[in-house]
Amino acid sequence: MPINTQPVTINLGPQHPSTHGVFRLRVTFDGEQVIDVEPVFGYLHRGTEKLAEERNYVQIVTLTDRLDYVAAMTNNLAYVRTVESLTGIEVPERGMYLRVISSELQRIASHLIATGFLLDELGAFHTPLIYCFRERERILEMFEMLCGARITVSYMRPGGVLQDAPTDFWPRLDDFLTSMPGYLDELEGLITENEVVLARTRDLGILSAQDAINASITGPVLRATGVQWDLRKAEPHEVYDRLDFDVPIGSVGDTFDRYYVRIQEIRQSLRMIQQCVAQIEPGPVRSKAPYFIRPDSVDAYVGTESPKGELGFYIVSDGGISPYRMHIRAPSFINLTVLRELLIGWKLADLIVIFGSLDIVVGEVDR
Amino acid sequence: MSIPITGEKAAIRIKQNVPDSVVVFDDTNVWVEVDKLLDVCSFLKDDVELDMQFLNSISAVDYIEYFELVYHLRSLRNNTTLVIKAKCFGRENITVPSVTSVWKGAELQEREAWDLMGIKFSKHPNMKRILLWEGFPGHPLRKDFIR
Repeated sequence: MPINTQPVTINLGPQHPSTHGVFRLRVTFDGEQVIDVEPVFGYLHRGTEKLAEERNYVQIVTLTDRLDYVAAMTNNLAYVRTVESLTGIEVPERGMYLRVISSELQRIASHLIATGFLLDELGAFHTPLIYCFRERERILEMFEMLCGARITVSYMRPGGVLQDAPTDFWPRLDDFLTSMPGYLDELEGLITENEVVLARTRDLGILSAQDAINASITGPVLRATGVQWDLRKAEPHEVYDRLDFDVPIGSVGDTFDRYYVRIQEIRQSLRMIQQCVAQIEPGPVRSKAPYFIRPDSVDAYVGTESPKGELGFYIVSDGGISPYRMHIRAPSFINLTVLRELLIGWKLADLIVIFGSLDIVVGEVDR
Repeated sequence: MSIPITGEKAAIRIKQNVPDSVVVFDDTNVWVEVDKLLDVCSFLKDDVELDMQFLNSISAVDYIEYFELVYHLRSLRNNTTLVIKAKCFGRENITVPSVTSVWKGAELQEREAWDLMGIKFSKHPNMKRILLWEGFPGHPLRKDFIR
């Protein structure tokens, strides 16, 4: 005899350890099954776009740190590239290499966080997370050597980077590059062929390539569906065209693929940094650019491959020292478009895992 | 390297297929009539030559005399980009056709444009505020917004 159940609506978040910050979901359940999801945004809205209208172009770099606060370097890069496209400021070679090295390190750190928290949400409470944080800590220490800050780095400037790397940075980087592949093997040995992880993530929350493209999904979530699209290949900026690297893709587009694409991307990032270290030559790291930048052009949009996807800045200038309007195309925000379709029909425990595999950061969602 | 489609090339192609839709164009942008926005967008997506399957971003800019909506489009297959703009005049009750039926990716971005800039999108499945709460006075990214 079927048992009649009543749908129950519960709040997940905004204060919940699995929501990666202050993100709230209103979920309607039938028993344990999700029948409707409504994401509620805005708990971390700080009005970054409005704040930018009152600051000059160099000051805005500090605002971008606080968008995706686990990947500040790539936010900096996306913003300064837009300003450079607006003004035509050139970047010296060494500055470009340092940019690529620091943003690839940041990508590794961000993907480690994504992996660690995903495992946390699968119920492997904190042990894999601490493994990931251990390696991330070494990256943050290198950032501290570069610019004095660990999280909110503000390392990049229109026209280059803040300062050259200190001499003791390079041995630390070499040490990291030699030990990291072994560490990744260790991590993968624990996760990739783990039967419990496979049972919980295989065929869970499948996203098709067509849906992903139609919903403007970018980054590892798009690549997990089998679409080989990476802005570092499609629009090579800085020195990416001189580096040899692959774009890993998934086959099914499920939660496991999203996890595994990130792990493979870490290996590719290591490859890229190794090539950068071999190619980098002494020279200036920052070209002469005025502190008060007055762009000649009217508007510019530049998208950059951040760890979460395409981070784009659209800046409109009226010739003054601050932007007339700055719009941020935040990948975490737009990747949530498919959240509802991905979650409906799954159980509560799976909801947490699928949501975690999208890897959002609320600072970027709410801006 | 991504190749931006020139405004001229895109404008000619749009004009042929959606009559009376193009207002003006320059090197990189095409301005279209607001009323024809949905027709233009569905043409751009389905057209074999332009193939704009991917909506990159929707930005709204307040130029005081008018609002401008900027659609950054991309073709993943051809690796090309295109910028479509539309001007909406007036300050109150501005309504623009929603493109969510063409690209699902517009859903959250159009809600954001309504919330922060005050541009309403007709036939949007869920036209509510997104970052601020219902009942918030005004739209903060407008140039005449005073807190």
